[in-house]
Amino acid sequence: MDVFNSLMDGFATALTPMNLLYAVIGVVLGTAVGVLPGLGPAMTVALLLPVTYVLEPTSAFIMFAGIYYGGMYGGSTTSILLNTPGESSSVVTAIEGNKMAKAGRASQALATAAIGSFVAGTIGTALLAVCAPIVVKFAVSLGSPSYFAIMVLALLAVTAVLGSSRLRGFASLGLGLAIGLVGMDSVTGQARLTFGQPLLSDGLDIVVVAVAIFAVGEALWVAAHLRRTPLHVIPVGQPWMGKQDWKRSWKPWLRGTLFGFPFGALPAGGAEIPTFLSYVTEKRLTKHPEEFGKGAIEGVAGPEAANNAAAAGTLTPMLALGLPTNATAAVMLAAFTSYGIQPGPQLFASEGPLVWALIASLFIGNFLLLIINLPLAPLWAKLLQLPRPYLYAGILFFATLGAYSVNLQAFDLVILLVLGALGFMMRRFGLPVLPLILGVILGPRVEGQLRKTLQLSAGDPAGLLSEPIAVGIYIIVAIILIWPLLLKAWRTSRPQAVPAAGAAGPLPQDVEAGSDVLMAEAESGARVAESTGSNNQPVHARRHQEEP
Amino acid sequence: MTPLTSRLKGRSELGVALLLGAAGVLVLWDAVGLVTPYSKSDPVGPKTVPYIVAGLLMVCAVMLAINVMRGGHGETEGGEDVDLSHPADWKTVLPLAGAFVANILLIDWAGWVISGTVLFWGSVWALGGRHYVRDGLISVALSLLTFYGFYLGLGISLPAGLLEGIL
Repeated sequence: MDVFNSLMDGFATALTPMNLLYAVIGVVLGTAVGVLPGLGPAMTVALLLPVTYVLEPTSAFIMFAGIYYGGMYGGSTTSILLNTPGESSSVVTAIEGNKMAKAGRASQALATAAIGSFVAGTIGTALLAVCAPIVVKFAVSLGSPSYFAIMVLALLAVTAVLGSSRLRGFASLGLGLAIGLVGMDSVTGQARLTFGQPLLSDGLDIVVVAVAIFAVGEALWVAAHLRRTPLHVIPVGQPWMGKQDWKRSWKPWLRGTLFGFPFGALPAGGAEIPTFLSYVTEKRLTKHPEEFGKGAIEGVAGPEAANNAAAAGTLTPMLALGLPTNATAAVMLAAFTSYGIQPGPQLFASEGPLVWALIASLFIGNFLLLIINLPLAPLWAKLLQLPRPYLYAGILFFATLGAYSVNLQAFDLVILLVLGALGFMMRRFGLPVLPLILGVILGPRVEGQLRKTLQLSAGDPAGLLSEPIAVGIYIIVAIILIWPLLLKAWRTSRPQAVPAAGAAGPLPQDVEAGSDVLMAEAESGARVAESTGSNNQPVHARRHQEEP
Repeated sequence: MTPLTSRLKGRSELGVALLLGAAGVLVLWDAVGLVTPYSKSDPVGPKTVPYIVAGLLMVCAVMLAINVMRGGHGETEGGEDVDLSHPADWKTVLPLAGAFVANILLIDWAGWVISGTVLFWGSVWALGGRHYVRDGLISVALSLLTFYGFYLGLGISLPAGLLEGIL
């Protein structure tokens, strides 16, 4: 079997002692940075990007695989022990995870999260290895018109489906596209938006943009609203699970994986929707409904698995189509590009060994994560107590270092500060960050495909519709754009359409909160994720108001 | 709080609309200035996409302004260490930005070890660290460590600046 042989070759590359060492470094660094409050996986990857620049591509990507899963795992530790996750994909884990930790079951919560992540990550990576070549086979038949359509879909889906305000999403997308325009036009060589500044003619370095928006913007934003009373970190020992915990965890792990992978692979799928779906499903299927809301292990196992499977799913369109669907993948795409490697259907043919080594190291990284993090959990918990002045000064320090070391130009630091201020403003006024980042990265590619398409059709706009796939995708785009109107029409015709949320258990208020989640999510993707960002109070609070 | 400031406070998001509009005008103005002869091999040309982006930005600016005037507002982002119950603390942010600017001005002339020390120490101070000596030692150690780490480990030589020859 072809996939199997390629994968075995990948393992042979990834398991050399040096590459294994890079994988270990990646996992440890990724987890350590991911655990730190205020640093999500995307920021972790962006901050650690310069470190990989000196390595040769294969080793660099092996390290990346570790950083990627490590950053993911680190985020869940934070949300279980602190209950105020910064990443919307960890919100659901925090609901039950933190309750478990408060009830003295932090060890079990961390264990089910770690083992669930391992199970889901392994199955997800296996699905990636099987699916990516199939997607590639399909994708090589696509021409520029279809690619143009797919990229437009990805941009619009991320902008219109995620986030609480479509208007603000589009504003953010516009800013990102404008930033992406800066520099020399690739076809005619004309300088755009450079204002006669020669340092701008190569465009803005994506590392600088990502570090500015994620790290500098976040540090400035937190500085403006720094919590003066220290958060309570729940102390934790060695994670372990009893027989009962295993029995209650394994089904949620598998179900979470099934939710996570396909959603991760869709444009704008992300990890928010599958984690919510998994949570709601586990709540309905559980034999211990009375524990939900007080720390049910199923509510940690399922969403955590969904989260990690989505992370693996995200890599399918990233590797096979060159299409990032979340911020972390976008930053990874930037890393690929900086090595002169173009993700997309040709990648598997031109850089086969590299891709398979990357996929193999995802398996290895996952395994390392499990054996390194179970014993290290108490240490990670200590990291959460790092004094905040040091933490945020350190983020600024390393952000500066990372951005400066790319080109060794002080000018990049000016851009870092200006875009950092933009990131601050976006957080203040609720502009989502993801459309901007995707706009910066995909903008130039979309333009390239548009020009290639119209070049082939000699300027006839009908060329955009010359492939059936493209036409199909435009129909989906149209549905996404008019969806809110349809929903509004549907709601006016059926005003009280709340689905019955299973049998009302001893905690009817909480069961209802779950169906609230489902409803709200059906309306607008991750709006709930945003509104429950600080903790899950708003859902419950809203419920209380509705109580007669 | 006077009525005027409270009215301005509620509408500070109009600044975002203004920024979007300004960005749109800028992109448009830049695109108009491009000189392109029509070419068969590139019927789209370098101007089309900037026009679309400029249009998107300006439409968003207008719609956002309308949205804000009607009482809409963006959802402020929360986080682990974010406490939204108090207003933005400019006494922290401005010195922090100051430390950042100092680093930009110093890095090429004084070198990374000095500018990085200033950046870290200044940031810690701005964020409320008051262990001057301990913070100073950590700053110097971090800067030296990253300087040598980047040089020996990654082969990137950060500027030595004033300490050229000593380091």
